[in-house]
Amino acid sequence: MTTTALLVLDVLLVSSLLGLAAAALATSDARRSVIYFMAFGLVLAVAWGRLLAPDVALAEAAIGAGLSGALLLAAVREQPRREYSNDTKPVQKRDRTNLKVVLEFTVTLLCIAVAALLAWALVQGFDRAPQDTLAQAVSENLATSGVSNPVTAVLLNFRAYDTLLELAVLLTAVLGILALGPARPGYRTAGPVFDGLVRWLVPVLILVSGYLLWVGAHAPGGAFQAGASLAAAGVVLRLAGRRTVGLPTGRTLHVAMAAGVGMFLVVGLSLLALGRPFLGYPPAWAGGLILLIETAAMLAIGATLVLAFFGGQPPPAINPAGGKPVSGSINTSRPRSREAGSGAGAHTAEPRQQFGEENRQC
Amino acid sequence: MIDAISTLLIVAGLGFYLAGSIGLLRLPDLYSRLHALTKADNLGLGLLIAGLALHAGDLLIALKLVLIWLAVLAASAASAHLIAQQARCRETQS
Repeated sequence: MTTTALLVLDVLLVSSLLGLAAAALATSDARRSVIYFMAFGLVLAVAWGRLLAPDVALAEAAIGAGLSGALLLAAVREQPRREYSNDTKPVQKRDRTNLKVVLEFTVTLLCIAVAALLAWALVQGFDRAPQDTLAQAVSENLATSGVSNPVTAVLLNFRAYDTLLELAVLLTAVLGILALGPARPGYRTAGPVFDGLVRWLVPVLILVSGYLLWVGAHAPGGAFQAGASLAAAGVVLRLAGRRTVGLPTGRTLHVAMAAGVGMFLVVGLSLLALGRPFLGYPPAWAGGLILLIETAAMLAIGATLVLAFFGGQPPPAINPAGGKPVSGSINTSRPRSREAGSGAGAHTAEPRQQFGEENRQC
Repeated sequence: MIDAISTLLIVAGLGFYLAGSIGLLRLPDLYSRLHALTKADNLGLGLLIAGLALHAGDLLIALKLVLIWLAVLAASAASAHLIAQQARCRETQS
């Protein structure tokens, strides 16, 4: 009975995944496609949970569905409307049709190749004896890793190099984002209902990221999920029309961006100087060092993802009243209503956003 | 006994989800669709969570489940308000 019920659940999950993926690809409306993609990510998170991989499920829900979805929606917002409208075909689109078909064909072929490779690797793993798998090696050495969550042990200890390089990729990406110049103007100041939600949601998100960071040592969680939760707070603040969304400015921001790679290098090089291998933690210190690196990595990941949502350099923190820089905290000089918000200096001077007309509150 | 009550609550919650989904698909305009959807979010999830909390039989897990319900309540109320406000705006402008 139970197996039948689980089989039904699995079939439902797989078919809704395939259906949502097909729907996301088939629709010509970019906004609709993004929403299908976010639903796909959420169902995929449930599927990971069903596969007993809660770490991946958390990361998929937070980064795959949540933050990627927010980034994609922001990208759609910046396109002029006609480009993704369903019924009107702009003239310029016809010229690019050939290129588009070739591109779509190539991308499809590449995706099929990657899928085939992954399927082959999966099949190869099936007839492997349990003692030959990496999971066995990890659980044998878990005691020396300083943490009891095998995923964190792999990410921050056994394969710390990989995570260091991942953070370097993120740092490179954020440098590219900053090179794009000033970010586009933000969103309208939130009305009372959204503002009320933001007021308690943001502290809760920050609390959750601290919890995820701490709990990562012995249960699903860790720097990536914590950083994504922190970034979600920033995204919510930007959507609610806060200018700097609590990001630090200037040098402090740069330190936060580079914190993950920096802390990794400091720890790694210090260990090297002490005569140990690069990132080869002594078992007695491993727990503390991992927590230190993860804290820095969480800040870097959070700052990077928020900057990605900005899509450029964040606006400088300017106090609309005195013109003096203010700290980036949530509570400073926040206008209470739209009337106060529209008078709050910098926003009115900026060019009107494309959505301004229809997004305006009545 | 507890199992029976929790099953009853979960089935009742699923009923609200079913009704909400049918409403989302069948009702004529955005406002009534939103109305159907928030019933599923609030009451459906509430009943589901009550059933699951009873089933879990652990106070800590039950509290976590109730926290999830409260978070969804606030988020769904706020987002329903935002969607309705946006729709109202477009209506009054056109």
